[in-house]
Amino acid sequence: MTKAQTAKSGPASAKTKMTDTNLLLLITVIVFIIMYAGAMLFLKKGFLKPQTFLNILNANSALIITSCGMSIVMITGGIDISVGGVVALVSMSCAVYLDYQGGSVFGSLLIALGIGLAFGAVQGFLVAYLDIQPFIVSLAGMFFARGMTTIVHTAPFNVANEAFVALKGARILIPGLGTVTKAGKYVDAYVVLGVPVALLIVVLLFLVLRFTKLGRSFYAVGGNRQSALMLGINVKRTRFLAHLLCGLLAGIGGYVYFLYVGSGSASHAGGMEMNAIASSIIGGTLLSGGVGNIFGTFVGVLSLNTIQNIVSSIGLDDAWWTGITVAGMLCVFLIIQSVLLARKR
Amino acid sequence: MKENSVLEMRHIYKCFPGVRALQGVDFTLGKGEIHALMGENGAGKSTLIKVLTGVYEKDEGEIYLDGLDKPAVIRSPQDAQRLGISTVYQEITLCPNLTVAENMYIGRGTGRLTNWKQMNTDADRILTNLGIPAKAQQQLSDCSIAIQQMVAIARAVDMDCKVLILDEPTSSLDESEVEKLFGLMRDLRARGVGIIFVTHFLDQVYEVCDKITVLRDGQLVGEYVIEELPRVKLVAKMLGKELDDMEEIKDETNVYHGDDAYVFEAKGLQSEAGIKPFDFYIKKGEVNGFTGLLGSGRSECVRAIFCADKVTGGTVQMNGKPVKLTKPLDAMKNGIAYLPEDRKLDGIVGDLSVRENIILAAQVLKGFFKPFSRAEANAFADEYIKLLEIKTASADTPIKSLSGGNQQKVILGRWLLTHPEYLILDEPTRGIDIGTKIEIQKLVLKLASEGMSVTFISSETDEMLRTCSRLVVMRDRRVVGELSGFDLTQGKVMETIAGGDAS
Repeated sequence: MTKAQTAKSGPASAKTKMTDTNLLLLITVIVFIIMYAGAMLFLKKGFLKPQTFLNILNANSALIITSCGMSIVMITGGIDISVGGVVALVSMSCAVYLDYQGGSVFGSLLIALGIGLAFGAVQGFLVAYLDIQPFIVSLAGMFFARGMTTIVHTAPFNVANEAFVALKGARILIPGLGTVTKAGKYVDAYVVLGVPVALLIVVLLFLVLRFTKLGRSFYAVGGNRQSALMLGINVKRTRFLAHLLCGLLAGIGGYVYFLYVGSGSASHAGGMEMNAIASSIIGGTLLSGGVGNIFGTFVGVLSLNTIQNIVSSIGLDDAWWTGITVAGMLCVFLIIQSVLLARKR
Repeated sequence: MKENSVLEMRHIYKCFPGVRALQGVDFTLGKGEIHALMGENGAGKSTLIKVLTGVYEKDEGEIYLDGLDKPAVIRSPQDAQRLGISTVYQEITLCPNLTVAENMYIGRGTGRLTNWKQMNTDADRILTNLGIPAKAQQQLSDCSIAIQQMVAIARAVDMDCKVLILDEPTSSLDESEVEKLFGLMRDLRARGVGIIFVTHFLDQVYEVCDKITVLRDGQLVGEYVIEELPRVKLVAKMLGKELDDMEEIKDETNVYHGDDAYVFEAKGLQSEAGIKPFDFYIKKGEVNGFTGLLGSGRSECVRAIFCADKVTGGTVQMNGKPVKLTKPLDAMKNGIAYLPEDRKLDGIVGDLSVRENIILAAQVLKGFFKPFSRAEANAFADEYIKLLEIKTASADTPIKSLSGGNQQKVILGRWLLTHPEYLILDEPTRGIDIGTKIEIQKLVLKLASEGMSVTFISSETDEMLRTCSRLVVMRDRRVVGELSGFDLTQGKVMETIAGGDAS
């Protein structure tokens, strides 16, 4: 090799490996595709219908939104286990506002956003500026939110507000993906209003995390907090904003959830925070922070629900089977992730 | 402010609980000047740097910067960056999970968006210019430590800084990389950047620096032009006493005189860390060493002996009897002690007191259900604090608040307390001051004369030549030669490392 060539190919000749984030995203997407394709091939039944897939979105748009927030906090190296509680509190507060206070739909939306922001701001302040463990802070947040839900209203009830019921029933029809029923009638495929909201949030947050200074700061803080500080990043503000964003998304997710179930109940969204964490991990977010991808989280939610659908369509309908399957899936993902990351080193 | 100076620090005071780290220190840095900041551990160099970079807030004093008519306010690393002060630390302060390019650009600029294409192109151009073998889109953790350090420098260089602080940047670089760094420093000097260079390597100071400021015990000793301060005088200023110990220690003959009993013998030893199988022995009262370039496998060899890495093959005999060592505890029980290379990671337990850190290994050997009494622990701690002249407020002080050299002494005390037959010291003198270095070297020779076998590893060859009677030379994770007696010269060692006749 001549000298000129060497100089030219200097940095370029260094072997470039995929970043951890992209590697884990790739694994998630591949596993999901294999899983869904397998279900379509071997189980057929509903899996061949587009509506089955759309129903996963319909039922889980709230989870998608809260999982996005969870992923952001996890990328900064934190955790927020209050999101399920916030979702329940949002549903109950909005329900009471609509039915007992005669409030408007728009007003209830503001309440949802306000609750989410308030939780995010307080928890973010405690975590970022007072440097308290995020787990402890959000544990307190979770109990507080659950408790407040019962204080707002004890008994579960369905919302009767007409404007809201109309909104809840709204369907966005998707032409071309419809199916023919047994009776021979053609039915259009549809999604509920929450789905475009969730998709929009996924796209938006994907862009934020990938292309904005703030987004990259989340990764830097999660990768090495001390270094991030030395690199001139405002670590406290970054951590605060991560929690604030997570709270806001829990508020939005709460409203989307409320729109889907149309009722208020203290037991709503039980364990949703755990599903959000599981989805983030399956989606390639590392609990240790610094690695993760919003699109991966989206696929993580889909994977989590696809496996549950597969399990129940095999006939193992009992609740514990889904639990065990999800546990197994988490294990498999964690093992794949750690093995691949270890081999890369 | 004086003309031509880019930075002036006046009467800087900084106190920590129990320690007056800086007491009225002045420091002046000129434009286009490489200025060495020297001092022993605990002299206040790091504190001064951290005050300047906004990691610590000063208690008193003013900082003036070129182009500012008021004293500069530096409350955070961001403030320092904004004012044109860039720092490269000894420990890599980059984010391992981000790409090389991102590490160079994050936390800078005002825009809200990241233009990846532009950033990667710029980064690649800078890396090529500086001859750094990394790619912009590579994840940082996939680069070697040396390259990571170079990336940190590339970042600082690209920031158009007025003041560049290099805090022990060379301790993880090999010679050619150091040369490259020096080239870079001279370029920047020509462009008018003021460079503060903190290092323990005297050679490097005399190779690149223009001026030297010496600190001792938190006070300014003086500022000198390099031509006017010969090495011996510099060392004397740093230590605060005239020093001929270095000569003294050099004169001691280091030919092994003991009997031929092998204390430790290994055949075909091999570990998970990827070293080629090697044979090794050490006799009673002998001091030997592993030498080789960074990454040649010298640390991995001793880690294999101590079972700090998983041993995958080979046989071990101690005092002629075969033993099976599979984990560090086995090695400890057989009288082997190992002072690890990475003090922070493998050595100290930061939040425990000096006393607890000292008795740790002995306690493990004794068993946790038979704790030492408070009186015993105190006696041990006091004994070694005195013996090793550890500078600490008390035995109750958390070890993390001690300076590097004193932490190292505590860890050394920890192992001496186990009364080992065979002591392994892996880079015991790295990042600590000359005075302590010589103390440790002397201690090694003294221990050996009392019958302890010692394996000593250091990246400074002359230090090893001074202490060892036999050197095992390594290259590319393989033992390539063994030198003793009259072969123990700089030249011969270099020749063997480079691959002369000895291979």
